[in-house]
Amino acid sequence: MRDRPVEQRIQDFAEIDNGFSPEEAMAEADRCLQCKRPLCVTGCPVNIEIPAFLTEVAAGNFKRAVAIIKEQNILPAIAGRVCPQESQCEGLCLLGKKGKPVAVGALERFVADYERAHGTTPPQKKAATGRSVAVVGAGPAGLTAAAELARAGHAVTLFESLHEAGGVLMYGIPAFRLPKEIVSAEINAVLALGVGLKLNHLVGRSVSREELLAYDAVFIGTGAGLPYLMGLPGEHLPGVYSANEFLTRVNLMRADKFPVFDTPVKRGSRVVVAGGGNVAMDAARVALRLGGKVTLVYRRREEDLPARAAETARAREEGIEFLMCANPVRIIGDQVMTGVECVRMEMCALDASGRPEPAPVEGSTFTIDADLFIEAIGQGPNPLLISEMPELKRGRRGNLEVSPEGKTTLRHVYAGGDVATGAATVILAMGTAKKAAHAIDRMLKGE
Amino acid sequence: MFLIEKSDRLADKIHQIWVRAPHVAHHAKAGQFVISRIDEKGERIPLTISAVDGDSIRLIFMAIGKTTTHLSTLRGGDHIQDIAGPLGKPSEIKKYGTCVLVGGGVGTASLPIIARELRAAGNRVIGIVGSRNASFLILEDEMTGACDELHITTDDGSKGFHGFAADMLKQVMAEEEIDAVWIIGPAIMMKVTCEATRDAGIRTFVSLNPVMVDGTGMCGSCRVTVGGETKFACVDGPEFDAHQVDFNGLMLRMRTYQLEEKESLERFQEHQCACKGSGRHA
Repeated sequence: MRDRPVEQRIQDFAEIDNGFSPEEAMAEADRCLQCKRPLCVTGCPVNIEIPAFLTEVAAGNFKRAVAIIKEQNILPAIAGRVCPQESQCEGLCLLGKKGKPVAVGALERFVADYERAHGTTPPQKKAATGRSVAVVGAGPAGLTAAAELARAGHAVTLFESLHEAGGVLMYGIPAFRLPKEIVSAEINAVLALGVGLKLNHLVGRSVSREELLAYDAVFIGTGAGLPYLMGLPGEHLPGVYSANEFLTRVNLMRADKFPVFDTPVKRGSRVVVAGGGNVAMDAARVALRLGGKVTLVYRRREEDLPARAAETARAREEGIEFLMCANPVRIIGDQVMTGVECVRMEMCALDASGRPEPAPVEGSTFTIDADLFIEAIGQGPNPLLISEMPELKRGRRGNLEVSPEGKTTLRHVYAGGDVATGAATVILAMGTAKKAAHAIDRMLKGE
Repeated sequence: MFLIEKSDRLADKIHQIWVRAPHVAHHAKAGQFVISRIDEKGERIPLTISAVDGDSIRLIFMAIGKTTTHLSTLRGGDHIQDIAGPLGKPSEIKKYGTCVLVGGGVGTASLPIIARELRAAGNRVIGIVGSRNASFLILEDEMTGACDELHITTDDGSKGFHGFAADMLKQVMAEEEIDAVWIIGPAIMMKVTCEATRDAGIRTFVSLNPVMVDGTGMCGSCRVTVGGETKFACVDGPEFDAHQVDFNGLMLRMRTYQLEEKESLERFQEHQCACKGSGRHA
């Protein structure tokens, strides 16, 4: 398993690497020590029986391996690709103490891809309970909750405001990290459980509060879709994008194929991306593939970059220029943008996050000539639905306050994923959604 | 897929379609819009909901870019891939007293539904419908029925009052006390016309139509500065206090994809000609 050559992969949106061959997978899985108390499982937000599935992979029983994973995680081809395994299962693997941990993520991806190529077996489903559940938002949290509840025998209606299910898996994460046909295949597996998908339905607008609360239970998984903007002078200029808009235009609307597809996007020749997370890396690498020379500007130090180390390394390999300890302060331009004025940042005392607080250095401004500026400084929960339901208690950052099992302050209404936790990872969204789905199931059964 | 029940040409380049979209029709209120995507390769574009009848909604648009030109070729029995909505905040309907609704060109399409709701809330409603000339005039009969009083203006005097809608608005304001005004039309028309009510301090709404993608507050493409703050027209609007809107910034952003829009339209028109030439299209 290795990455495709840089000069080849920056020309297209195809996946960066091809995954394991069956022989490589068996050999890799065979390295597992089969610990009595496997730490890897405790590091997994959805508690996959990792040693058990690795045993099956080592024996070449790939379908049995994927069945074990699917007991806990209905979206393995997705999770295998986008989970930050280095800080979860693989981060806790004993082999990692002295050498390389077992490549659990790549193996999860391998068996899921194997199953997809060789025919899937639909998961077991319990008899119909006659109870109805509305799931709001068809992203990672909503899909997981819908699948868990459908397997438990409940009648699930899944509402999605966009024209495709998948949420951030479709509009946010680029195809070179997560091919869209794989997302579609795993969504179809969820729908095959009998989940009723209603696209183009914005709950709170196309579905009233009363209609929503008429279901026996509600799961809210509306994500963190509200882009934070920096509020810079010149932000209104054409050529300035939120990462959400830039990525949605390309990933969901296929603006990379304009004019075959109708949605356009500006292709910058000189691009500045502000931010240091996974979304910033994605935006930078998409802009690069659209032909731009890209500089990523981050206000802290390189070691503070919140993006996955592997993605940062790939971005660098592909030719993204990293400018650390700098922050944009103004977009320059009259009718269109022509540059970004930045200021150098110095690192001061440690802040609440344990990282040094960055502060601007007086008189250190400089300008980067650029015709495209993408802000990737974070997202908050989309306030639309939750503002329609004033009984829902909200935290300081607008996220829903929930109990450990996902219960909101409104009766029979649960929530999970980014809308409850604040912007986090796909797998954490799936983990919290699963917990909430199980709590809904217990509530509906009157336990 | 959403069924088009019927389609007509209302005036030069202005078309109406009735689409079956119960999820929108059952919840739509005055001032709201839908996002439609014509087919798998289509762009998501916002269109105002101009009337509702049972399970169906009416959309009125000017065939000006690729998507609207394509939409204008669709007939009863054809389908639109996606209709999401109703989106945006409804108009602020309450009892004001006397309201004036000013429509410019295709923007007039938004007015009848607002007029009816305002009258139902106990307001006296005066309509002003302005267009470049008589051939661009739409919804005259419907507006006559929806308003207590209706004025027609044309820039060239080919019908009704010879002049701009803003001139007629000033005339109406001179004749009686006005409590609230809606101005809906091209950005430049709204910018100019809302100056008529600024000094008098009359509550004035405009409905903005910037470029959108999702229409649910997720991308910020439709951001506009209102009272010095960045607002998203799709969820904070589309109606805003006219006197607080930065129209220059709005118009600048609306021109972002001018070149791409031209390329897309030319490509579509060439394709249409080619199809007609080969006789594949009736």
